Amino acid sequence: MKQALKYIRTIPAILLWSLPFAFMLIFYFQPLLANFRVAWQATTSEVLASIPYKVITQPLFFTIWQASLSTLLTIIVGISPAYLMAKYRFFGKSFIRLLTTIPFIMPTVVVAAGFNALLGPKGWFNLLLQTIFSLDNPPIQILNSLGAILFAHVFYNSTVFIRVVGGAWSQLDPKIGFAARTLGASPVRVWQKITFPLLKPALLSAILLIFLFNFTSFAVILLLGGPKFSTMEVEIYIQALHMLNLPVAGLLSGIQLLFTLVLTILYSRIIKTKSVALTPRDPEEVAKSITGWKQRSFLIGTMSYLVVLFAAPLFSLVLRSFLLTDTNRNVEGLAGNRFSLVYYQELFLNRRESLFYVPPIDAILNSLYFGLITVGIALFLGFLAASVISSRSSWGKLLDPILILPLGTSAVTLGLGFILVFNSPPLDVRSIPLLVPIAHSLVAMPFVVRILQPIIASIPRELKYSAMVLGASPWRTFWQVEFPILFRAIISAALFSFTISLGEFGATTFLARSEQPTIPIAIYRYLSQPGGLNYGQAMAMSTILMIICALSIFLIERLKLPNIKEF
Amino acid sequence: MKINKLIILITSFFVILLGACNGGQDSSIPTVKDTQPSVLYVMTHDSFAVSENLIVNFEKENNIEIKFVLSGDTGAALNRAILTKESPQADVFFGVDNTFLSRALDEGIFEPYNSPMLVNIDNSLRLDPENNALPVDFGDVCINYDKAYFAENKLSIPSSLSDLLLPEYYGLLVVENPATSSPGLAFMLATIAEFGEDGYLDFWTNLKANGVMVVNDWESAYYSNFSASAGKGSQPMVVSYGSSPPAEVIFSETPLDDAPTASIIATNTCFRQIEFVGILKGTQQRELAEKFVDFLLDVPFQEDLPLQMFVFPANGKAQLPPEFEKFAQVPDQPAKLDPDLIAQNREKWIQNWTLVVLR
Repeated sequence: MKQALKYIRTIPAILLWSLPFAFMLIFYFQPLLANFRVAWQATTSEVLASIPYKVITQPLFFTIWQASLSTLLTIIVGISPAYLMAKYRFFGKSFIRLLTTIPFIMPTVVVAAGFNALLGPKGWFNLLLQTIFSLDNPPIQILNSLGAILFAHVFYNSTVFIRVVGGAWSQLDPKIGFAARTLGASPVRVWQKITFPLLKPALLSAILLIFLFNFTSFAVILLLGGPKFSTMEVEIYIQALHMLNLPVAGLLSGIQLLFTLVLTILYSRIIKTKSVALTPRDPEEVAKSITGWKQRSFLIGTMSYLVVLFAAPLFSLVLRSFLLTDTNRNVEGLAGNRFSLVYYQELFLNRRESLFYVPPIDAILNSLYFGLITVGIALFLGFLAASVISSRSSWGKLLDPILILPLGTSAVTLGLGFILVFNSPPLDVRSIPLLVPIAHSLVAMPFVVRILQPIIASIPRELKYSAMVLGASPWRTFWQVEFPILFRAIISAALFSFTISLGEFGATTFLARSEQPTIPIAIYRYLSQPGGLNYGQAMAMSTILMIICALSIFLIERLKLPNIKEF
Repeated sequence: MKINKLIILITSFFVILLGACNGGQDSSIPTVKDTQPSVLYVMTHDSFAVSENLIVNFEKENNIEIKFVLSGDTGAALNRAILTKESPQADVFFGVDNTFLSRALDEGIFEPYNSPMLVNIDNSLRLDPENNALPVDFGDVCINYDKAYFAENKLSIPSSLSDLLLPEYYGLLVVENPATSSPGLAFMLATIAEFGEDGYLDFWTNLKANGVMVVNDWESAYYSNFSASAGKGSQPMVVSYGSSPPAEVIFSETPLDDAPTASIIATNTCFRQIEFVGILKGTQQRELAEKFVDFLLDVPFQEDLPLQMFVFPANGKAQLPPEFEKFAQVPDQPAKLDPDLIAQNREKWIQNWTLVVLR
């Protein structure tokens, strides 16, 4: 009897654990395989013989090369803010956190416009330098170069490093370090023997996520790198949508996927070393205030390069949305501009009575709606998946690498797969708006899992056991022991899911939703036609997107647990 | 206790999921045939636009509801129609252009329809004699130039593609990559029409030597590189559309008397893009689909086209809006290529172009 009861009790657990598997099976593997099948059916020996293999090798090498370089640069840029965020309390901390997150949601077309307004041949920075040094030609020529690609990738992905590594760092118990120092260890040795090994899982997670983002980078390469550079993702896009050559596109995305799989398996191997269970600390308790000139200059140095790197391109967009330039287009520099709110006013007018006019409020609400659903799905399934992985069962070992795959999968391939599979009721892309947040969740889940899993694994089992011994139900144990410890990480995971959804993800452009356009879609609509008003409205809409994002992050980060002390 | 809670959680998750699925389904399948209008699905690209009242009137007159399935750019939308041809996701497809036309016809996604409206449509636009695909609009991809720049520097306007190789135009032109951009492809096709399959690569080699700038998409070319756009770039010539000058006037922040840009419309400098509509094979709504195609070809919609999508009406009876009359230039002899020839060689032409211009 007791035995039977025990089995019944494990049923919900198995059901729960199977949810992430089912989700991946239905919404990832099914569309992906459908696409590969179609590509395979269209493949004839003729097609195979005609494939120019340079089309594959060149982009593959360049993809790996630029992704590695970008990741390395992101680490270099991200490491000191991550440290500052984790260890210190200082004025402007939440501002810096906001500032580094906003790029993550900005559509690349707009970022390209921002870079152009700032660093382009007639950008403000070049004009300034030309005026100061009275030069004839713009001194900075960064657009359409590898430099622009790297800059944009750092701009986009630093927040991943700062949040993932900084988050884990802030929860490390500093007492172990103090103990080691007391016992005579040098700071370097403490880093080598204590801090680094403890941070390693978070560091590797961040590096993997950033690398995969760069690896499948598409719009940045296309818009900022220019036609001289081509990654696998760009080739897939060209082959699938401009040549209508599905076999080659399928082959390319197969290779891309294989590479991702090797990478994730490698990652799982490296990370296999059992993480040490240490009680995470309350970050507020760990954070110190800034004292002494050394720390102060470190802070000021880091803050200033962050402001230059992140605030300048964003600010140039905001500025542009308030400046009228139309009448004096040929006046160089800032002289011909004047302040105006006309772009914002125009956003609310449907001058041409167009059927597809997007009222800004609707776009905002749709974006928020999709964002919140994404948060719900990604957090729920991601938490389950992270628990499965932390349990170190064979299920977990299987789930770990495959969960990350969507990040390294071509968005075009996945998007076409969605169309192939979900084209008749009950799951029909035409009538189920839910498929959009589902696609967003596929990309958000790796983040949720990578953020939650190290923390879940680090919760000492004794804590749970003591609660249970003291008579708490598993439900109560979760809410009162695990949840408070996980709370910060959950917030961080929610933020990533939200921003991923807000910023749009390539595959979803295939999922029709003329009835529920989001902010990025509205921006693209404006930029697809000539005219000063369209350009200005795109900038105004981007500014609104930034504000909405900043407000949401600000609110989410201020969520506090009622009555329970956080860790 | 805990089992119950968990089960509730799991079931509610699935209920939400299923509920959402059903919600969408219910709205698309009418329960009572007589009162509920039937739904006509129209698949098209993201640039599709139309005045709301036209569609509302059409819906009222025919007691139907039209749902637009916007599916990305032209290539993405066509791909979608081809991939789902076994279980069509729409009744009508609008937006296949003459560069993709043969592909669409070879895939057999359309049913022929001899619309009575075709009598008003210029014969030069009717590229499919079987009327699987019916021409709706056309637009010319032309080089736009910055009038102020040319006036200030006392430059003359190039009068042929070959003129672009002259040293005074060094570094003044920005074009789009034909592999990633539809106007880019159209402009490359214009050079093939002018110089032939054998000569176009020589032209591009020389154009490259004369400092042509290549970017991947129209947005970058127009807004980041073109000097007369709001982005204030550095090239005074851009590959854009013959309808861009009127758009600059209509979408200007302050009223303009004259367009800041104009098009070069000499022989073979522009390539004519024609957009077609077709009834998708396997539709259950053939009659309504025919009515909708007629509606697209009829005067009210045709007169709405210019200011919504910045293209020219295919119907000769449609009047142009004053901005178009004034600022849009239509070339007398646009470059033309046989759609079959384009379909056969498109990949090869682009690949060779890439080798010459980008590598």
